[in-house]
Amino acid sequence: MTVPATVAELVRKFRANGRIVIVGASLAGLRAAEALREEGFTGSLTIIGDEPDEPYDRPPLSKQVLKGWVPADHTTLPRLREVNAQWRLGVTATGLDRAAKQVRLADGEQIPYDRLLIATGTRARQWPNPDEAALDGVYSLRSRDDAAQLQKALAAPPSRVVVIGAGFIGSEVTSVCRELDLPVTVVERGSAPLVGALGGVIGEIAAEIQRDHGVDLRCGLGVSSLEGDSGGHVRRAHLSDGTTVDADVVVASLGSIRNVEWLEGAGLASGFWGVGCDAGGRAFDINGVVTDSIYVAGDVARSPHVLYEYQFLAMEHWDNAVLGAEAAAHNMVNFEPHYRPHLLLPGFWSGQFGLNIKSVGVPPFGDEIVFTQGSVKERRFAAAYGRRGRIVAAVTFDHGKWLEYYGKLIEHSGPFPPPPPGWDQPPDMKPIPAEFPQPGVPTALPDVVLTGHDPSERAAEFRPRPR
Amino acid sequence: MRIAVDLNRCQGYAQCVYLAHEVFRLTGQEALTYEPNPDDERRLQVERAAAACPVQAIVIDRLDGAKGSATS
Repeated sequence: MTVPATVAELVRKFRANGRIVIVGASLAGLRAAEALREEGFTGSLTIIGDEPDEPYDRPPLSKQVLKGWVPADHTTLPRLREVNAQWRLGVTATGLDRAAKQVRLADGEQIPYDRLLIATGTRARQWPNPDEAALDGVYSLRSRDDAAQLQKALAAPPSRVVVIGAGFIGSEVTSVCRELDLPVTVVERGSAPLVGALGGVIGEIAAEIQRDHGVDLRCGLGVSSLEGDSGGHVRRAHLSDGTTVDADVVVASLGSIRNVEWLEGAGLASGFWGVGCDAGGRAFDINGVVTDSIYVAGDVARSPHVLYEYQFLAMEHWDNAVLGAEAAAHNMVNFEPHYRPHLLLPGFWSGQFGLNIKSVGVPPFGDEIVFTQGSVKERRFAAAYGRRGRIVAAVTFDHGKWLEYYGKLIEHSGPFPPPPPGWDQPPDMKPIPAEFPQPGVPTALPDVVLTGHDPSERAAEFRPRPR
Repeated sequence: MRIAVDLNRCQGYAQCVYLAHEVFRLTGQEALTYEPNPDDERRLQVERAAAACPVQAIVIDRLDGAKGSATS
């Protein structure tokens, strides 16, 4: 297929003289900038980030940094090439004017763009009571500063740590506490650690592992309040069953919030779920119509996934940030029919309690699980997740070399239960319910309503619900 | 020098640990941790480790030497 000369000329001109603005200076923002230059974009490139530091890597923060092996400021990301950008670090983007094609910054400046990449990621959900969250000794973990402060507090050492929430970050923090020989209590609302990501069957195994490592794990409970001393330092956590736990470090690992507030009023399909975009990273407007000039990548992007019935998925995974950024960058400097889809098989890893936990696919999409290799007792196994006779995900504990095998099966829409891998099979390979929690009922979300009568005037509008 | 390991790719072959044990470590059987900012004296070791990785998961800064122009 040949591209009409006029389109080719447009692409050439844009690559030479266009203005691209990237909002978000972390992994996705940096890799997008590098990919744009790699694709031959020589126009002006501006990268806006609200943190003062140049892009850094987050996975080490909850592991080697917390442990004290690596200083927090040693995590700056390696660069793949020069990006020759104007860096605006330490300044927050506060608004987007799509009509004027400008990004508004907290310092009042307006940055014009021809094409914009939204890569603002997520932030840690803070402890909801602001007075209690402000107590000394209460931490959350997302940024490099968070890690530096928490590492210092753990090195002090504290008499006991309370970790609220046993997702991946909470479990990694807990693991580090035990490696540092610190007494730690984990309070988790769900039935076990990692239940949201991996389901109750795997969660039970994670719970046993934590308890074997001396973790005081309390599931099915919440923390109702945090109590400080007269000096403003946290001393005690009150749990929902009326008991208390004395502690001088509390880590709230309550999941993440997508950084979309700055897009309010811009008319994009953005909200608590992230920014909706197509599989090529092109943002949808509020009506679900694809935009021509705005792209999304990384944790904040939410796009339909071909392997998962085209459901919109947001993936807070390292390789999603890298590969989504590369696809979006490619599409920003090309035209149809040269767009590229971001067709990632999602995958994540976690190191905790000396175990390498990895998964491919989307485990919560499955409703059944089957152990396919290794031994749960030895904590060295692979398990596959299925839905309606199809394999949709797999998880491994210290069995990472087999992940590719399961990944291939998932990519090819293989059967569930999967064919026996032919090595290291457990005696019982019977699928059982995976025990994912039912999705909660969302509250306090805005309604989207349709307005206008004439077809050319019909449009969607956000109507925030009164809280 | 700055490095990162793509732990989605890493399969715990431990060749990097063998070649640069001050920089790469295994916690348990498979979970890799590493020093993301090793001393420049370790460069040869780290380059060897990166070359030896069967899944090519080690990313090395290609701008090293351009220090100072940190945000180029």
